Amino acid sequence: MIQKELMTVTNQTEIAHNIYEMTLQGALVDQMNEPGRFVHLKAGDEMIPLLRRPISIARIEPEKQEFTMIYRAEGAGTNALAKKRAGDKVDVLGPLGHGFPVDEAKPGQTALLIGGGIGVPPLYELSRRLNANGVKTIHVLGFQNKEAAFYTEQFLALGETYVATVDGSLGEQGFVTDVVNKFSLKADIFYSCGPTLMLKAVEQLQAAPSGYISLEERMGCGIGACFACVCHPAQDKSGTAYLKICSDGPVFPAGEVAL
Amino acid sequence: MNRLTIELPGLSLKNPVMPASGCFGFGREFSQLYDLSTLGAIMIKATTEEPRYGNPTPRVAETPAGMLNAIGLQNPGLEKVIANELEWLKQFDVPIIANVAGSQTEDYVAVAKEISRAANVHALELNISCPNVKTGGIAFGTVPETAKELTKRVKEVSEVPVYVKLSPNVTNIVEIAKAVEDGGADGITMINTLIGMRIDVKTARPVLSNRTGGLSGPAVKPVAIRMVYEVSQNTNLPIIGMGGISTVEDIIEFYLAGADAVAVGTANFVNPFVCPELIEQLDGYLEEHHIDHISDLKGRSWK
Repeated sequence: MIQKELMTVTNQTEIAHNIYEMTLQGALVDQMNEPGRFVHLKAGDEMIPLLRRPISIARIEPEKQEFTMIYRAEGAGTNALAKKRAGDKVDVLGPLGHGFPVDEAKPGQTALLIGGGIGVPPLYELSRRLNANGVKTIHVLGFQNKEAAFYTEQFLALGETYVATVDGSLGEQGFVTDVVNKFSLKADIFYSCGPTLMLKAVEQLQAAPSGYISLEERMGCGIGACFACVCHPAQDKSGTAYLKICSDGPVFPAGEVAL
Repeated sequence: MNRLTIELPGLSLKNPVMPASGCFGFGREFSQLYDLSTLGAIMIKATTEEPRYGNPTPRVAETPAGMLNAIGLQNPGLEKVIANELEWLKQFDVPIIANVAGSQTEDYVAVAKEISRAANVHALELNISCPNVKTGGIAFGTVPETAKELTKRVKEVSEVPVYVKLSPNVTNIVEIAKAVEDGGADGITMINTLIGMRIDVKTARPVLSNRTGGLSGPAVKPVAIRMVYEVSQNTNLPIIGMGGISTVEDIIEFYLAGADAVAVGTANFVNPFVCPELIEQLDGYLEEHHIDHISDLKGRSWK
């Protein structure tokens, strides 16, 4: 169920250039049952900026009633969040949207997880759950450069991990798709999150028979009411069909959305 | 809570707070969060005769204390709105105000005729003020004679009272209000959004794909208050006031300006629980300030 709560910051760390890891505690965590869903945040009751900010959930720790998110501070909203310290409150609405179907990968199978930039975080909780289910995970993480990279060690602890940077300052030089091709990575299923152009390239890879992608988009309400984040389905004869990224997604079966 | 009950043409409201059209879809999303029967009424998303996808994204851009939107009247079309959305809304004990939109007079008439026959539609809101469509919408709301004529045509076919939603993008809003009163309108809802624009300083291009959009949120409230203040003194029509409401004090301000009820728009996007919260707080405010009935406040700023 969607709830709204003033949650307490228990940790905030800058883990890469302008990339922050924030852990929040509160009863709302009890509602978090699936990786890939997101929260919609507001630093406080300020009117500038007015709207909430959608941020994906990177790790859920039900026993501590805590969840961790990783975000890039780049505008007024996320910069206000970045100023929060342990003990401060954050207005959280969530969990929102539909996440990654973990059970689509069967025990003993291999899943390929491909993330780009700030699309990497939701794959972390996904990988933890897949591994807990006995699914082998291969991770391909793409970043702009070494300074922007994060969580590579955490992913490595869960399975084989490749890193790609645009300038080659860390891991392989190039895009995530270059890495998949170079090492001929194959899996039973893929899960991916990142910029739309990257997702489009990932869908064309055919590294696995089927997969799921998580879209990033500018959002208004985050619950499906404002129609800010609509997209066209891949199959639409009428021209008026639509999918809402916030509430029908952000995770969709690969091929369902016209990218 | 009978100090909150309001009687308006076609509408017996248990309280004067309702979500504004376009900010609440058809209620489905919010029904997962609270009981829609607690609302005074629901102004559903604008309905056109045919389904519309609306404008390409980006359709929303933030501004100081506000937002610009250029959704472009996305909706599933008259047939589906009646068969699916209005039918689904019947489970709630709440009057529906159906927002009617179109590109030409015939479209408005066709939608009004059909949708006003739905059992739970208690009033129409004639959308002559949408700034985000190429034809229709605001084109009907900026020339008094055109607004009057359309009101008349819709009144002829509607089974329920007709409220006309006014655009603030005019030089003289009283003139438009008087025109729709002459055309037979039963009430006024005001204001729709103000046409605005944002340009990305990095790319030098407009932020919205539609280039311009409608500004809403707390930033527009002073404009709305001024217009309700003027229109309420110059027509006899009841007014459902809206524009930037997010607190109880905002509701009180609209009443003092001359409103008979209020609608909450953009605030639903910031806090989806805002409507039931305001209804509860409004009753508390009246209790605390020893006000017997909310309507005692109407027009106090000029009476």
